[in-house]
Amino acid sequence: MLGFIIQRFLQAVVVMAVMSVIVFCGVYAIGNPIDIVIPPEATEDIRAEAIRRLGLDRPLYEQYFIFVGNLLQGDLGRSFVYNIPVLELIGGRLPATLELVLISVVSATVLGVSLGIYAGYRPDSWVSKTIMAVSVLGFSVPSFWVGLILILFFAVHLGWLPAGGRGDTVEIWGVAWSFPTLDGLSHIVLPAANLALFKLAMMIRLARAGTREIMLTDTIKFARAAGLSEATILRRHLLKLISIPIITVFGLELGSTLAFAVVTETIFSWPGVGKLIIDSITVLDRPVMVAYLIIVAFLFVTINFVIDLVFALIDPRVRHGASA
Amino acid sequence: MSNTSTPLRRFWAEFRENKIAVVALVVVVVLILLALFASLVSPQNPYDLANLSLMDSRRPPGFVGTGGYTHILGTDPQGRDLLSAILYGLRISIQIGLAAGFVSLTIGTTLGILAAYVGGRVEALIMRLVDLQLSFPAILLALVIVALLGQGKAQLIGALVAAQYAYFARTAYGAAKAERGKDYIEAALATPLSARLVVWRHMLPNCTPPLIVVATVQIANSISLEATLSFLGLGLPVTEPSLGMLISNGFPYMMSGRYWISVYPGVALIILIFAINIVGDQVRDQFNPRLRK
Repeated sequence: MLGFIIQRFLQAVVVMAVMSVIVFCGVYAIGNPIDIVIPPEATEDIRAEAIRRLGLDRPLYEQYFIFVGNLLQGDLGRSFVYNIPVLELIGGRLPATLELVLISVVSATVLGVSLGIYAGYRPDSWVSKTIMAVSVLGFSVPSFWVGLILILFFAVHLGWLPAGGRGDTVEIWGVAWSFPTLDGLSHIVLPAANLALFKLAMMIRLARAGTREIMLTDTIKFARAAGLSEATILRRHLLKLISIPIITVFGLELGSTLAFAVVTETIFSWPGVGKLIIDSITVLDRPVMVAYLIIVAFLFVTINFVIDLVFALIDPRVRHGASA
Repeated sequence: MSNTSTPLRRFWAEFRENKIAVVALVVVVVLILLALFASLVSPQNPYDLANLSLMDSRRPPGFVGTGGYTHILGTDPQGRDLLSAILYGLRISIQIGLAAGFVSLTIGTTLGILAAYVGGRVEALIMRLVDLQLSFPAILLALVIVALLGQGKAQLIGALVAAQYAYFARTAYGAAKAERGKDYIEAALATPLSARLVVWRHMLPNCTPPLIVVATVQIANSISLEATLSFLGLGLPVTEPSLGMLISNGFPYMMSGRYWISVYPGVALIILIFAINIVGDQVRDQFNPRLRK
């Protein structure tokens, strides 16, 4: 087990190192931020001074080592535009995004798994067929368009829910959160629903496929023969058996939802990291772009690592396969 | 049915049995034709400024404008006939989707087959890169690349290709790896035929079915991704408005109830993506030996 953990951990470190090189080169090798940071009427001296101050006159590999050195000390540089440490900038926006992502992924999983198990348990009922048809829709419709329709219907037409912003927030441990207040909650419903829809479709399909397969296995036949009630079988045996792929996807989706939040946050003017990165891209604020990508990569790698560990805990085959 | 039963005919005969898929195929063909002949079928050329009148801007569907004809789907903020704008936008969206799809197909397949055929370090290097990339959401990659390369058709296609080739590489690799171990490839390699010829004539044709399926899905995805990027303002330049940009242009007007400017281009986009996906689903089912009766 320990060997397995170490092996996976080393893999994660290598992936992070590779990612940092790719991201750094990708972002720094192209384009010239000087034109954005320095006003065009500036003299040559001011230009040269600014280039030196930002460290842009050094060779690329030197810039990279300085960057990694700072990175390891928790310093991701300063934003060219806001002139505050990037980590502070992103940290200030991160709670809004995390809140949105967690609410949508958790609700998509709970709802999707329940609907999926039902659809797999009674595949021929019309309810199941409706569920599946809706899930196909969730896959094909671009998420930004769903966002528009949600705003059009619930905010403009019915006027029930606000179309954008975060609403009232409450400070918990010095961080502002929207979900504890009624107003904040009403602001979060539409963006969370928008973000959850695609995940919901995927969870339904996964849970349905797993249920259909597992209901035919001997495990279920024996459980029935032992006289367990259907509810107990579903809860105790089925749920456990379909949980492995679902946990994987849950983890992966957490990461990809973080990325997709870019679109949702733009539509609903949700002041999270996604909106920050779009703004930074349009003004070529490199430190923010690099930091965002590194943080997302880090989250991805960490999530994958945790999933592997959880896997090993649930499934003895994974554990023994690695140590053998 | 005729006696000359080619594989293509058998395929079509089976395809025809699924009525929904046939309808979807017809929809795709009609949309492509409409896009091709947009300049002939649309009521006005929406990008000829001489045709536009601000008097006609933001009019609801059914409005009879200064041009003397009915704007069936209404007009946009610049006074363009929305139906015409949609047909022209469709053209751009399909163009981008097909171009990105085919370039990623070519690059991805080449890499995948190369990895499977050569093996060893090349295989490890290519497939590690592909797997690493697949663990990242395509939208994020496309977003960053578009941001770095700037706006324009070629840049956008480049970003879409970079975000999507990995799917083709994975599929081609899986198929080619399975074929590589089969006897007929060994036998072909034992003959004086060049390795390139064996790969091209024998291995590649046997890898095509899964690639066709991935291609249909990815073309739909490219169209959707392009629309998303254009909606975020990172797609095509304003002079070439795709469906995504039309939707984005109408967004500010939605709050005041002028829904049609955004909604109709969106409906066109969804019909297109949905139809392609249904056709792709049917093709996949037909290629899947496990579903064969």
